[in-house]
Amino acid sequence: MTAAGFPIVRAPAASATDVRIDPALVRRWLVTFLREEMIVRRGMRTAVVGVSGGVDSALVAFLCAEALGPANVYGVRMPYRTSAEESFRHAGLVQEITKIHDVVVDITAAVDGYLRYEPDASPTRRGNVMARQRMIVLFDLSAKYGGLPVGTGNKSERLLGYFTWHADDSPPINPLGDLFKTQVWQLARHVGVPREIVEKPATADLIRGQTDEEDLGITYERADRILSLMLRGYGQAAIAACGFRRRDVRLVWDRVNATHWKRHLPTTAVVSPTAINEFYLRPVDY
Amino acid sequence: MRGAKSRPQPSSLLGLVPRRTSLDATGPSVELAVVQCAPRKGDVAANLRRIEEAFAALRHDRSPFPDVVIFPEASLSGYFVEGATVEVARRAETVVDELARSARRACGRKVGPFDVVVGFYEEQDGQYYNSALYASLGRRPVLRHVHRKLFLPTYGIFDEERFVSRGTSIEAFDVPYGRAAILICEDACHSLAVTIAALRGAQVLYVPSASPGRGMEDVEPANVRLWRDVLRVAAAEHGIFVVYAGLVGFEGGKGMSGASRVIGPFGDLRAEAPFEGATILRVRIDLGDVRVARAALPALGDLEANLGQLSSMLARTSGQSVPAVGARAARRR
Repeated sequence: MTAAGFPIVRAPAASATDVRIDPALVRRWLVTFLREEMIVRRGMRTAVVGVSGGVDSALVAFLCAEALGPANVYGVRMPYRTSAEESFRHAGLVQEITKIHDVVVDITAAVDGYLRYEPDASPTRRGNVMARQRMIVLFDLSAKYGGLPVGTGNKSERLLGYFTWHADDSPPINPLGDLFKTQVWQLARHVGVPREIVEKPATADLIRGQTDEEDLGITYERADRILSLMLRGYGQAAIAACGFRRRDVRLVWDRVNATHWKRHLPTTAVVSPTAINEFYLRPVDY
Repeated sequence: MRGAKSRPQPSSLLGLVPRRTSLDATGPSVELAVVQCAPRKGDVAANLRRIEEAFAALRHDRSPFPDVVIFPEASLSGYFVEGATVEVARRAETVVDELARSARRACGRKVGPFDVVVGFYEEQDGQYYNSALYASLGRRPVLRHVHRKLFLPTYGIFDEERFVSRGTSIEAFDVPYGRAAILICEDACHSLAVTIAALRGAQVLYVPSASPGRGMEDVEPANVRLWRDVLRVAAAEHGIFVVYAGLVGFEGGKGMSGASRVIGPFGDLRAEAPFEGATILRVRIDLGDVRVARAALPALGDLEANLGQLSSMLARTSGQSVPAVGARAARRR
C-alpha cells in the first residue's frame, strides 16, 4: 500500500529459464505413449531395456514396468570389465524394485575380441565400441524374446551430441527423448527411482571415473536452461542476459550446432524426383 | 468406450448463466454425441468400421439416439499422413455414401435420420483439402455442407500446407434445428473466423480438431488449457454453442489431446471429455439459450452495429480500398 492509498499488485517473479514439469502428467503421458506405440501400433507387449545403473535407464525400466507389466520387461545388465561395480549394483537394484526380468550379458569378451586387433584405440573409440556392442545385444535379445528395444537417451545428451551415433539412439522408440536431464531427475524422483541412483553424478561409465558434467564442461542444471532458451528461439545475447556466463552459452551453442548430423538419418545423395524422405514422404506410423 | 466426465456446475465467463434448466428456453433441443476417437493410421476402411461401432454404441446407449454425431479432424485416416494424403483422400459425396451404409448397418431402421460432422482429407478435381462435412443420414442421405480448412498450420510439428490446399470460405448453413457452421482446428483459433461464422447466422459452431499435446508443466497439457480458454471466449463473445471434437491416440510419438467439449453461449463449459482415450461425450443443448445469452450480452449485435467501420478499418489494414460493408449485407440469411 502506498502512502496515497493505492494498493500495489506485483507480478510474481517469473523465470524464463524454468524447465519444470508436472511429473504426474508426464508419467501418465509416457506410460500411454509406451502402450500405444508398442501394443496398439506394433502389437508387441515385451520391452527390452539396457539397464546401466544410471538414472535414465532406471526411469525407463520403471515406466516400462508400469506400462506393460514387469513380467513383460527384460532389463539387461551389460557390464564391461572396467565398468564400475556400483553401476552393476544399482542396475540390480532397479530390477529388484521393478520386478522386471534380470538378464546379465558380460560384453567384455565381445568388445575385447574386436579391440585385440585395435590395441591402440583411444578411450573414445573404446567407449563407442562398448556402446555399439550393447546395442547388438539389445536388438538380438529383442528378437529372442519377441520384444522391442526401448531407448533411454534424454534430450540434453541428444542436443549436446553426447552419445554414440547408431548406438544409444538406435532403439525404435524412446520415452525420454524430449525430456531434459533435469526433467528426467524430476520424473525419476516421482516414480520412485532410488535416491542413490538419482543423486549420484551422471556418467556414461565408458571410461573409469568419468562424469558427464566434467566431459561436457557444464552442469546439466545450467545446460538445460540454456538449451531450453535456445530451442525457444532466443539468441546468445538474450540468453546471457538471463544470468548465464557467455562462455557457457557459447559452449552449449557450439555443441548443438556441431552435432545436428547426429540427430538425423545418414545423408543420402538425391538423384531422382522420388528420393525417400525428400520427395517420398510417409510418416513413421503409416 | 469410457464414459465422459461432465463438469458438474457450468460457469460462464461473466457469471451470466441464468439459474434455470434448459426447460425454460424455447429453442429446439438438440441431442449431441461427440465421438473422441483414435483412427488407425491410413486405414480408411477400418476407420469407417470404427465409426460404425460408434453408431452401434450410441444405439445401445440408454439415452435417445443423438440428433448429431460429431467426429474429429481427419477421422478417416489419422492426422499426420504427409504424402499419403493422396491415398487416403476421398470425395465428400463418397464419404457420405459410406457413412450412410455404416449407419444402416449399425442402426437398421430402428433409428431415424440423424446428422453427422466428420473430418476427412478431401479430394476434389485433383485438389486436396483438410475438410469436414455435415450430412444428414437417412433413407436419402443429404450432404449439407463441406468446410475446407483455411488456416493450415505449417510451422513447428505441423506441415499441412505442403500437402493440402487452403479453403477459401466460411459459411453457415441450414440444419434441421437452425443454422450451423464448421471451422477446423486452427480456423477456430482466429476470432475473426468465428465472427464470420456467427455473423452468417451460425448458432452452433462445430470444431473438429487434432491437437498434439505439448507443454507439460501443469496438470494438463498446455494446449488443452489454451483451447478451452479460446473456445469459451469465442462462445461468449458471439453467443453461440461451440462443439469441439478432438482426436486422441499417439501418431509417431505425438499424442493427440482429445478433451472434446461442448461450450454454451454464455461461455459456460457444459461437458468435457478426458484428454486421453476414446470417449463419447453426450450433451443435450437448447438453442433457446442462444437468444437468452445474446440478450444478456449483446456483443454480436454491437459488432453488427459497428461492422461498417470495422470493415473499412480491416480493408485499410490489408491495403485494400473497398467501400464500407453494411452490417446487414454481411449476413446471408
